Amino acid sequence: MKPRSKRLLLVGGAVALLVGAVALVLTAFQQNLVFFHTPTEVAEGKAPAGRTFRVGGMVEQGSVKRDADGLTVQFAITDTAKVIPVSYRGTLPDLFQEGKGAVVQGTLEPDGLFRASEVLAKHDENYMPIEAQYAVDQAQKAAQTVQH
Amino acid sequence: MMKEKLSRSTEPKSWLRFSAPQMFYPLAGKMAPWFAAVAAVLGVVGLYIGLFVAPTDFQQGEVYRVIFIHVPAAWMSMFVYLVMAFWSAVGLVMNTRLSFMMAKALAPTGAMFCFVALWTGALWGKPTWGTYWVWDARLTSQLLLMFLYLGFMALTAAIEDPRRSDRAGALIALVGAVNVPIIYFSVSWWNTLHQGASVSLTKAPSMASTMLAGMLLMAFAAWAYTIAVTLWRVRSLILERERHTEWVGHELDAQEGRA
Amino acid sequence: MEWASWSAFWAMGGSAFFVWGSYFVTALLIGVELMMVRHRRRDTVRRLIRLRRAAPPRADVRVIEESVQ
Repeated sequence: MKPRSKRLLLVGGAVALLVGAVALVLTAFQQNLVFFHTPTEVAEGKAPAGRTFRVGGMVEQGSVKRDADGLTVQFAITDTAKVIPVSYRGTLPDLFQEGKGAVVQGTLEPDGLFRASEVLAKHDENYMPIEAQYAVDQAQKAAQTVQH
Repeated sequence: MMKEKLSRSTEPKSWLRFSAPQMFYPLAGKMAPWFAAVAAVLGVVGLYIGLFVAPTDFQQGEVYRVIFIHVPAAWMSMFVYLVMAFWSAVGLVMNTRLSFMMAKALAPTGAMFCFVALWTGALWGKPTWGTYWVWDARLTSQLLLMFLYLGFMALTAAIEDPRRSDRAGALIALVGAVNVPIIYFSVSWWNTLHQGASVSLTKAPSMASTMLAGMLLMAFAAWAYTIAVTLWRVRSLILERERHTEWVGHELDAQEGRA
Repeated sequence: MEWASWSAFWAMGGSAFFVWGSYFVTALLIGVELMMVRHRRRDTVRRLIRLRRAAPPRADVRVIEESVQ
């Protein structure tokens, strides 16, 4: 290959790579796939119907139930205002816990059940030692007792 | 990048003479080892604090220790791109050759840190979120940054004419810079799986102090490392670009005499 | 000190693969980058010396090329 056409190929390749990457990212943004909806948004019908999307919130306390097959899990995602029941078949991440954040990806059934194909645990940006968390919990409990 | 630092010691405006490649070349050669030494010291202390002193996290256990690499690398990958855009703008406006060379010298290190941020993020995401990769706004825009770095390097390498290569690179650097605030603010603009910033200018850090100390030391180490490597790289670029000048001839003679 | 023993340190509470996978690849890339920068310096100097020997600089050529830049 002549150096000139080789160079042209390189430039073309670089430009194609860039355009492809931008297109990929824009498609992802377009399909609402890069962020999640809150249960309230879903209840208001703001989530895309009949398409895969994400719902994020907190796993409701006491909502996690395993089916007899041991693989299917039922739980509810809440943003404290609205609640969405979720059904999922597969393994859950280690940090998945009641009362903690989670993001589920899947589709909404007509009956209001969210069929998840993927469940991800969401953690917050706080980092602290185990003892500090214990102290925080104690302080919160104490504050609640005072309020009551 | 380091020109500002020199302005203190000399009379006003005289630091501008270092924008001449001939003046900057020896200065870069003298400064680079110092920055490398600072990077090594900060890196060792940062790693010691991060791996031996910082306590276990209440939520994630030990795996959070990836943060001491992940966050400094991610910050650096964004910051380096902005500095590239800055030098590209200076180059276009002032028509200074050295500015473009600085942009080119920065790119590989920025790309390296960008890859490290993605890689460590994947290894961190699996045990915490439950996945190596997710098309999250933060992750997706960071991936785009990787492509921008690769595009910049491929394009500037492919165009042989130096001035055209400079200008094509500057265009990618300036247009792509829009992506940096998108990465940074993605976690507050959208509901992302990626958690918000633990450290920001507007609020107190939400991290235990030893964890924060380790992370900041590693971030400063990454800065010093980037400066050192960029200075070394720009020296090669300067020799290459200025090879027809008399001073490079003398420099080459000196190098030959040493070998 | 956070660790009871060296083996506890290397085990990273069961997250050894993820933590050390991150640290190892980062160290590797930094090492590779430093080597590449060194090689580039050496190659550039060698190549330019060779070019200079092959075609010693001529004052008139130099003036023209500088004015182009």
